[in-house]
Amino acid sequence: MTDTITEIPVAPTAPEAPSPAAPPAPTAPAAPVFDVPLENAGIAHGLYRDGENISDTKAPPGDIQSKWTTRQFEAALVNPANRRKLTVIVVGTGLAGGSACATLGEAGYNVKAFCYQDSPRRAHSIAAQGGINAAKNYKEDGDSTYRLFYDTVKGGDFRSRESNVFRLASVSTNIIDQCVAQGVPFAREYGGLLDNRSFGGVQVSRTFYARGQTGQQLLIGAYQALERQIAAGTVEMNTRHEMLELVVVDGRARGVIVRDMVSGKVETHLADAVVLASGGYGNVFYLSTNAMGCNVTATWRAHRQGAYFGNPCYTQIHPTCIPVSGDHQSKLTLMSESLRNDGRIWVPKNREDCGKDPRDIAEEDRDYYLERIYPAFGNLVPRDIASRQAKNVCDDGRGVGPAIGDFRRGVYLDFTDALQRMSAEAVAEKYGNLLDMYQRITGENPYEVPMRIYPAVHYTMGGLWVDYDLQSNIPGLFVTGEANFSDHGANRLGASALMQGLADGYFVLPNTIRDYLSHGPYPKVEETDASVVAARTSVQARITKLLSINGERTVDSFHKELGHIMWEYCGMERSETGLLKAVDLIRGLKDEFWRNVKVLGSAEDLNQSLEKAGRVADFLELGELMCIDALHRRESCGGHFRVESQTDDGEALRNDDEFAYVAAWEWGGEEGMPVLHKEDLVYEYVHLKQRSYK
Amino acid sequence: MKITLKVWRQSGPKDSGGLATYELDDITEDMSFLEVLDVLNEGLITSGEEPVAFDSDCREGICGMCGLMINGSAHGPEVTTTCQLHMRSFSDGETITVEPWRADAFPVLKDLVVDRSAFDRIIQAGGFISVNTGAAPDAHAVPVPKENADKAFASAACIGCGACVAACPNASGMLFMGAKVTHLGLLPQGQPERDARVVKMVNQHDHEGFGGCTNIGECAAACPKEIPMDVISQLNKDLRTAMQHGR
Repeated sequence: MTDTITEIPVAPTAPEAPSPAAPPAPTAPAAPVFDVPLENAGIAHGLYRDGENISDTKAPPGDIQSKWTTRQFEAALVNPANRRKLTVIVVGTGLAGGSACATLGEAGYNVKAFCYQDSPRRAHSIAAQGGINAAKNYKEDGDSTYRLFYDTVKGGDFRSRESNVFRLASVSTNIIDQCVAQGVPFAREYGGLLDNRSFGGVQVSRTFYARGQTGQQLLIGAYQALERQIAAGTVEMNTRHEMLELVVVDGRARGVIVRDMVSGKVETHLADAVVLASGGYGNVFYLSTNAMGCNVTATWRAHRQGAYFGNPCYTQIHPTCIPVSGDHQSKLTLMSESLRNDGRIWVPKNREDCGKDPRDIAEEDRDYYLERIYPAFGNLVPRDIASRQAKNVCDDGRGVGPAIGDFRRGVYLDFTDALQRMSAEAVAEKYGNLLDMYQRITGENPYEVPMRIYPAVHYTMGGLWVDYDLQSNIPGLFVTGEANFSDHGANRLGASALMQGLADGYFVLPNTIRDYLSHGPYPKVEETDASVVAARTSVQARITKLLSINGERTVDSFHKELGHIMWEYCGMERSETGLLKAVDLIRGLKDEFWRNVKVLGSAEDLNQSLEKAGRVADFLELGELMCIDALHRRESCGGHFRVESQTDDGEALRNDDEFAYVAAWEWGGEEGMPVLHKEDLVYEYVHLKQRSYK
Repeated sequence: MKITLKVWRQSGPKDSGGLATYELDDITEDMSFLEVLDVLNEGLITSGEEPVAFDSDCREGICGMCGLMINGSAHGPEVTTTCQLHMRSFSDGETITVEPWRADAFPVLKDLVVDRSAFDRIIQAGGFISVNTGAAPDAHAVPVPKENADKAFASAACIGCGACVAACPNASGMLFMGAKVTHLGLLPQGQPERDARVVKMVNQHDHEGFGGCTNIGECAAACPKEIPMDVISQLNKDLRTAMQHGR
């Protein structure tokens, strides 16, 4: 394939930065015609090399319905008396980590938990609004475990592993039982039973919710279960601690190096196994719906220690976020897509109407474009499709709201019909907190004026590669929740993140990790062990380096610039030329970062600039890998849209012959290039077909 | 907009601290209050001064990590979290004083950052339902009247930010604690431990150095989630009942 090998030049200086905090304007309003590149530019330009294929060896053979039961039986047990001799480190205490800590603590293991927030109750799972899916079929509307499995595989655009997804669907019902028993106040009907609603991408009502604060209520449930174990002495909680390195001894994950963010002390913690539940990496885009502190450091450091990174380019851009308002914006706020159940999305048919008060635009001059293009699903199409269509109509010059630069970036989400149909009280009951939040941020009243929304980076389907046991390729390193790559393929359906986080933490990991722990306790590791000392020394050296550069640019300025590059070239639409350029720009930026960043203060103190600097350094490396991954995948699938691969009517066009695999990337070393390992995806139950929501 | 910020600077728990004054131009009314602090910090770093330490995370009003005394009010002039406070609530040329939460139970760590781990210890004392993973009956086994479920939700909406403590002249944590006792006490699942829960939580609350409630109501007025003072009545009622039961 590689007849020509061209070096791409590395720009040592800062690239031409688009205007700060505003995603760059699109260049071509009409969809141009591209040819799918036959040659793999990533190989041609020497950006990566191919390695051996890998496979999941843990899912037992047999019918998909019985795999999980078989695995639970085959996974060895640990005698209760031996559990207290085993220590498990858990990094991150959101839904996936908090639930795992509580469950492992209840089982009697010694758990050491770490989070960067001041309390585990603040993990960003708390911000999830809409709900949690479960195949309870309480509505008797044709739902089943099999249908949830089917919807999730299809919704993920056939890029997830069937065995994992089926298990997720199977345990979904247990999650609801567990949460209700903990006192999670889900919405109920007058008869006292649980209420459900439907959510984007599906036609059954299987979503359990607690007004617009489902993530908060589920997290508080997990948090309370965790605090109970802290009180019982099974879990040692370390808040305001950040993991900065993974300790690998004799090929096994044996601990972490963390920094106490208050005292600045660098600490070593050793254990029999390590669980990373550290969330996603959407903040590589700077502006996202993630919390300010969300970062990739835990998983990236593990990646550098040998853990494969799966599908890093799979990013979810969420369609219903509040549009960017100005240059100093620090984050984007999501509004639950449950709003799409009753709100209607539209833009003016005519460009000259875009600046008008929406209430003055006649019904016949409005383009309800999702209802028009997708009559079967209408406003409830999956997130990737809703986002891309919003981009298309704005690129077509029909966006609404204030122009940023010379471009209006927004579409209307209109509750007028719902308000007439349901009354303002009924709307407030269902969506009150979301509409209030909108009003607080924008200063506009959504009961009177249609809301404006625009897509924003929300979730990352990619993450560390794991097998059926949720174990990475490093023995003893387990990865759960958003931090791993499993279950959602190339696009996640609404209300499925909470489901996966809690499924992993309450029901999957505790069953699979015991098989690994049953072979322990593992040989005692001393803090003086060469591998431990090396990990610790490298952490300290990096801190010293960051504080000693004393350049001229703030950490945030680098982060913003990286975000612009990622949004423009590796966002809702990706192309070979753009991605090659992005790799180039990121390398230049990384080079400048290590020469010119300015971090004040000391290492032995609460130092938020230093914390950010370490995170941005890792985002710079991750950003490059994301672009390389996006470049090598010369097909469109789910949230990954390559302009060169689309159908005649502009929908994502997969290429199953070449790309029905998981891309698991191996760290290639500081000066080397990443190595691509493919895990072939085999579909025995859900047959590969082009997704259609029309 | 042009504003003057008087910001509490304190290098560490032992430093006595004091207010520093900074002038800011080019503030727009769409900016959130914390984005103004971001701008301040970018400027400070560029001029070689250490940035102001402050806590924030989700910036959408739900994690409870942020919390500042703004012109003497917890979370400032609106009923919301600091991150959801926007500059349109202030006027051009205004001087704004920014301080950390003040309470013995919330010691200052640095600048505007305080230690609220006392809240976690109150939850550890009893703010949970003891059910191990896997031990739950079907979710529909026990119906819950909608009214109770809705009320439980309203109390469970507490984000643990600590504004109630900061606003209270006694630095009492009873709104926080009452919200949890009410949430769990309204649900059938919370009944078996109801007496023990309230007694243990109240003991821990007092042990942490929070003050008692004297029905002033500043807590409910400052609460960004509008938790009403009724939860404190419920807390007192539950405590009384538990005492009668001999706990």
